[in-house]
Amino acid sequence: MSDVPPLIRVTDLTMAYGHTVVQQGLTFDVFPGEILVLMGGSGCGKSTLLRHLIGLQLPAAGHIRYGDIDLADADELQLDQLRRQFGVMFQAGALWSSMSVGENVMLPLREFTDLLPREIETLARFKLALVGLDGAFDTSPAALSGGMKKRAAIARAMALDPTLLYLDEPSAGLDPLTSTRLDELILNLRDHLGSAVVMVTHELDSIFAVADRALFLDAKEKTMTALDTPRALLEHGPDTIRHFMRRGVPA
Amino acid sequence: MPAPPNGSSATAPVARWDTTADMPVLHLEGDWRGQGLLPIPPATLVAASPVLVDGSKLTHFDTRLAAALWALGSGQGLALNTQSLPPGLQAILSLAAPAQEQSTSTPHSSWLAGVGLLWAARLGSTRQTLAFVGELLLALSRALRGRTAMRGSDLLHQLQATGPSSLGIVSLVSFLVGLILAYMGAAQLQRFGAQIYMADLVTIGVVREIAALMTGIILAGRVGAAFAAQLGSMQANEEVDALQSMGLNPIEHLVLPRVLAMTLVAPLLTTYAALVGMLAGLMVAVGIYNVEPLEYLIRCQDSLTLTHVGIGLLKGTVYAMLVALAGCRQGLHAGRSAQAVGDATTAAVVQAIVWIVVAASIMTMTFQRLGW
Repeated sequence: MSDVPPLIRVTDLTMAYGHTVVQQGLTFDVFPGEILVLMGGSGCGKSTLLRHLIGLQLPAAGHIRYGDIDLADADELQLDQLRRQFGVMFQAGALWSSMSVGENVMLPLREFTDLLPREIETLARFKLALVGLDGAFDTSPAALSGGMKKRAAIARAMALDPTLLYLDEPSAGLDPLTSTRLDELILNLRDHLGSAVVMVTHELDSIFAVADRALFLDAKEKTMTALDTPRALLEHGPDTIRHFMRRGVPA
Repeated sequence: MPAPPNGSSATAPVARWDTTADMPVLHLEGDWRGQGLLPIPPATLVAASPVLVDGSKLTHFDTRLAAALWALGSGQGLALNTQSLPPGLQAILSLAAPAQEQSTSTPHSSWLAGVGLLWAARLGSTRQTLAFVGELLLALSRALRGRTAMRGSDLLHQLQATGPSSLGIVSLVSFLVGLILAYMGAAQLQRFGAQIYMADLVTIGVVREIAALMTGIILAGRVGAAFAAQLGSMQANEEVDALQSMGLNPIEHLVLPRVLAMTLVAPLLTTYAALVGMLAGLMVAVGIYNVEPLEYLIRCQDSLTLTHVGIGLLKGTVYAMLVALAGCRQGLHAGRSAQAVGDATTAAVVQAIVWIVVAASIMTMTFQRLGW
């Protein structure tokens, strides 16, 4: 992958809330068509890193570059144009409660494409069908279960066939079958549409099923302690990571 | 974006129906990236008709083509044979297999059923309000017997939030309304040379009606809305469920401190509003209509009876209780979304104002009939 220019280049990133440093010294690349998993213990800063990558929070130090654009120096217009290439699924779904599920998926298509209304509806229904929710097109988000909200949020994130998909704990709380179906969907998006995926997850089955590489954030060290394929981390990674990946069973 | 299945260079997208063979065929050729409009199927095709989709000359695609093919199968009910499509397209279409969940939308029904459902919903809402008031009275009786689970710190916090924090807006509105009342009254009384009686008009009007009414409306907008938003958010975040699941009564923990705080604060705020309103009347009388201050104060003293004060304080207390009830009832029965919390807040303010006006009418007529 190193021959291909990276989609995202993170260099010596420090994330902080006020004077409290969450993580520091983060340096890694995300390549086109790659599935990168961010993992680590609770509170280590995985979701915060995702927010930094999306540009919702600015680095305390260091750089996040998309091609020539450094997020810290980008103006609002550049950020908006950049974000249109992203699909983001937030941890709790973050569906707009004033709209139906179908309208949630259709909104980005209406805003950012010139498609005919009928085709927009077909696309939205199709994206919902991909996550097994085509029957919920007219349903209010409030009437969905937690897992259904997550799937609807993934359908919304996929609405514009983004080149980069950010998923914050997509399979947490889903049943094994739905979780497996979701893994297949993520692999399919990467294989056939070329989307890169950056995903926060604790689900080890999902990590081994989809991840090309996994980045481990250590809450104690406050930095990344490993970046490799999940298999390599499990077999040759530092003890803490092998311990983590074996669900606490000693390596 | 997807890799070309056969490595051929990009050409214009082509789609055509061929109905000469035994099985109708939809031929897809070329680069379909950014394209998703398929020609209308021949009229001879009905639901479940088998159709062969020939994608052997398809070079590129994205989800627009996948969605269009999916709509042919799912929306129009055609039985698509997709085996000659590129594997990636086949995989996407198989992922969008039949829905796991049935539609949760409401089935269509007649207008009569709609009217019936509307009335049933109204009746349910009224029953919910009555049950809420009943539970609150029970919680209140437990509190009076000293057996409440309500925390004292919650009551103190609510007293602070409802009372001192409302003083600024109560001062402003009461002063301006007192000013308006004095001006309007004086303009009419001056025609008979009776402007000294504006003291009676302002004092009785403010103490008996206006101070309580304005305090009630201010509390509805300021505190009732806050109650609904706080409890609605707690409902949406399952905090209320968490209380119930631990066997704790949400009425005692959440509603009782708010209602008690409003009930305790209301007479004080009403008294304060009346004093500010009377002060505004005094300023108009002395400053504009040249009434002697002492003369004005004596008229005030003569016209102000204990009955007027009692009725004003009673009204203020009742209005504040209604505001607290409306806010807590709407918040506690809000839905579980941001939209529902907003709806509950609006409903709380509207309901409180309607209840205040209805209560004001009933009490005014009753006291007039009794000659008080």
